[in-house]
Amino acid sequence: MYAGRGTIRTEMATLIYLDNAATTRPHPSVVDAMAYALTEAFGNPSSLHGVGIAAERVVTAAREAVAASLGVAPAEIVFTSGGTEANNLAVVGAARAARGPAPSEATRRRHLVVSAIEHASVRTPARELTADGFEVTELPVDAEGRISAADLAGALRPETAVVSIMAVNNEIGTVQPLQDLAGVMRAHRAAGGRAVLHVDAVQAWGKIPLQPARLGIDLLSISGHKVHGPKGIGALYVRRGVRLAALQRGGDQEHALRPGTENVPGIAGLGAAARLILADGHAAAAEVAGLVHRLRDQLRRIDDIRVNTPQTGAAPHILNVSFPGARGETLLHRLEMDGIYVSTGSACHAHRPEPSHVLVAIGRSPDEAMSSLRFSLSRFTTEAEIEAAASAVAAAVADLRALAR
Amino acid sequence: MSTFLIRYGEIALKGANQGFFLETLRRNVLAAVDDLGPAQATQAFGRIIVSVDAEPDAVEPRIRKVFGVVSFSPVRVAAPEPVAITDAVVAVAGSALQAHPSIETFKVDVRRADKRYPDPSMDTASRLGAEIRRTYPHLRARMKQPDLLVRVDIRAQAFVSSHTVAGPGGLPTGTGGRALALMSGGFDSPVAAWLAARRGLTVAAAHFHSFPFTSERAREKAVDLCRVLAGFTGGLDLWVVPFTEIQRAVQQHVAEPMRVIVLRRMMMRTADVLAARLHAHALITGESLGQVASQTVESIAAINAATTLPVLRPLIGWDKTEIIAKAQVLDTYEISARPYPDCCSLFVPAHPRTQPSLAEAADAEADLHVTELALDAAARAEKTRIDRTVAVVG
Repeated sequence: MYAGRGTIRTEMATLIYLDNAATTRPHPSVVDAMAYALTEAFGNPSSLHGVGIAAERVVTAAREAVAASLGVAPAEIVFTSGGTEANNLAVVGAARAARGPAPSEATRRRHLVVSAIEHASVRTPARELTADGFEVTELPVDAEGRISAADLAGALRPETAVVSIMAVNNEIGTVQPLQDLAGVMRAHRAAGGRAVLHVDAVQAWGKIPLQPARLGIDLLSISGHKVHGPKGIGALYVRRGVRLAALQRGGDQEHALRPGTENVPGIAGLGAAARLILADGHAAAAEVAGLVHRLRDQLRRIDDIRVNTPQTGAAPHILNVSFPGARGETLLHRLEMDGIYVSTGSACHAHRPEPSHVLVAIGRSPDEAMSSLRFSLSRFTTEAEIEAAASAVAAAVADLRALAR
Repeated sequence: MSTFLIRYGEIALKGANQGFFLETLRRNVLAAVDDLGPAQATQAFGRIIVSVDAEPDAVEPRIRKVFGVVSFSPVRVAAPEPVAITDAVVAVAGSALQAHPSIETFKVDVRRADKRYPDPSMDTASRLGAEIRRTYPHLRARMKQPDLLVRVDIRAQAFVSSHTVAGPGGLPTGTGGRALALMSGGFDSPVAAWLAARRGLTVAAAHFHSFPFTSERAREKAVDLCRVLAGFTGGLDLWVVPFTEIQRAVQQHVAEPMRVIVLRRMMMRTADVLAARLHAHALITGESLGQVASQTVESIAAINAATTLPVLRPLIGWDKTEIIAKAQVLDTYEISARPYPDCCSLFVPAHPRTQPSLAEAADAEADLHVTELALDAAARAEKTRIDRTVAVVG
């Protein structure tokens, strides 16, 4: 009976959740940390009394865990409402800080550099900054979705304010050569440039090693719910000394960069997720990579497919594959009948197919783009699930291709 | 406590069965409000009076959706004698002034349905006007286009009101037999179902669900659209018909240009079977002439031939812009505009046949077991009761 709660098919024997790039199942330790923050440490961290102090301790401990997971100082972590807000604060905040106060026109820096495959939470604010007089250079990507250091070097100008590059692409999993790109940024600074480097690491945190301080990354965004933490919480690493303009006004929480009473339960959950990464993130990622490798091998047995995720230099948890002749959205629902949950590469509306901008950027045809599925795994994924999913995909693709004929 | 005076138009013209229509309307009005608080509804002197123990602002939107109501007014009730009526008139003027402080001019309009009341109407009106001016000296009386019109309706009791709200018109739900509306999730079908329901039909809805070719969200659209309709009809049954097997069979056995026509014919056949089970006497569709390939008069003929029931097509002469405008008024627009494709928009051939003959259609489905498929789909249809009240999440 319809009750407004949606239709998760709970009667299904299996639930193979392979949509972890969309969101993940919260880890029990995350749930525990949040329950504590909601029931015991429910105070306002700014309050002077003991209940407030208990909440402040939760926030402090979480900040330390998040900072440790990135190898940075706790004071460099600003909690936000998630990856989108962190990206907005980085791009818009750094751009506004660089624009500087009038009147000195000469010191104004109004140029941004982003890649062609950034998430909407970077692309859209960057585009809107053009209304404030900013110019945006979009870096192209190669057939694997990678930006070249040479292209970045060519795009930088003395007046460039912000460079924003994602560490791991959310659709195809390509890892950007951050080391090379950071090298270009160092050369830019040596030549007198003052652009800050922002890295959207929402899909990268806990999946690949991130050392923002060592690479010279100035700003880096992370999100809780992609790593078994809760939704509605994220953070921005702000390297000491980097100037940002706050996007909202209020109290002085989070260095006044993010005023408002702290989301203590969310922060507690984010801290627990960071501790998971610290404890065994590397091992878990390696295990997931093995499973993705296995899935790739299994799917290769299906005729006429195209793997959109590069063989090397990809995140451990994402595999994007096109199945020409079958529509991604129908495939998704067909797999749902078998209790397997995945994502399409491209959103599809009734008479208005919208191929993914990422798949288009790496040169896929519309048919390839519209027939793509994204499998994204987590530390909870098992080998048996991968075997079951691979054979279900083979059957579904055969079924739908037969119908399409 | 709030009281409303309800006017009905067309029903007054009914002959011998007027009593049945009025009693149905009275009960529908009562059912539309009685969850708000203790309520009663009576009919007298060509009006229905409903009283509810609730705020007028809560009651008004409910009555506005009862089919058969032409217009209605929140009223203050007074005993039919001068002092009580005067008090009521001054109070009504006072609350109108509170709601609209910019009012400068007014008029009092008196009608005596009960001629036993002594004063001639005109005298009563001028006396009441003088009372209003004594209490609110800044108001001026004006006969033409006053800012405030206070109506006094003297019957067995006196009813005083300052504004009138339009109802949806039509005939009371439950006075016109049963019909089954085909509810796709698009813009047209809910508007068509609404128009048919407004003529007093008891409407049930059928939604053809083709998972995995369509998403669960397409079904949710149909549920939400039916909830809007339920706000008018008091509730309705939604039948979700599994259509996947028919989609597959058509995809496999029917030539591409004819698939849409054959799918439509299969919907008609299935709806026909379901309608028989529900004792429904007609089908309702959102077809509008010439809108898409399957809505040419030739296509409609071929589709119509798959059922023996009359197919009501209230939108047949409407333009898309008119349908959209009506959908916006009814609040179905936002739901229909959600991007999830319903089963009509998938498998749409590149070049559909626009003028198929009946023989062609029959020929195209020669390889399908049409009767078995329709019987099977109708047998597996699942009923959901959609109530007027908002579902509680959980």
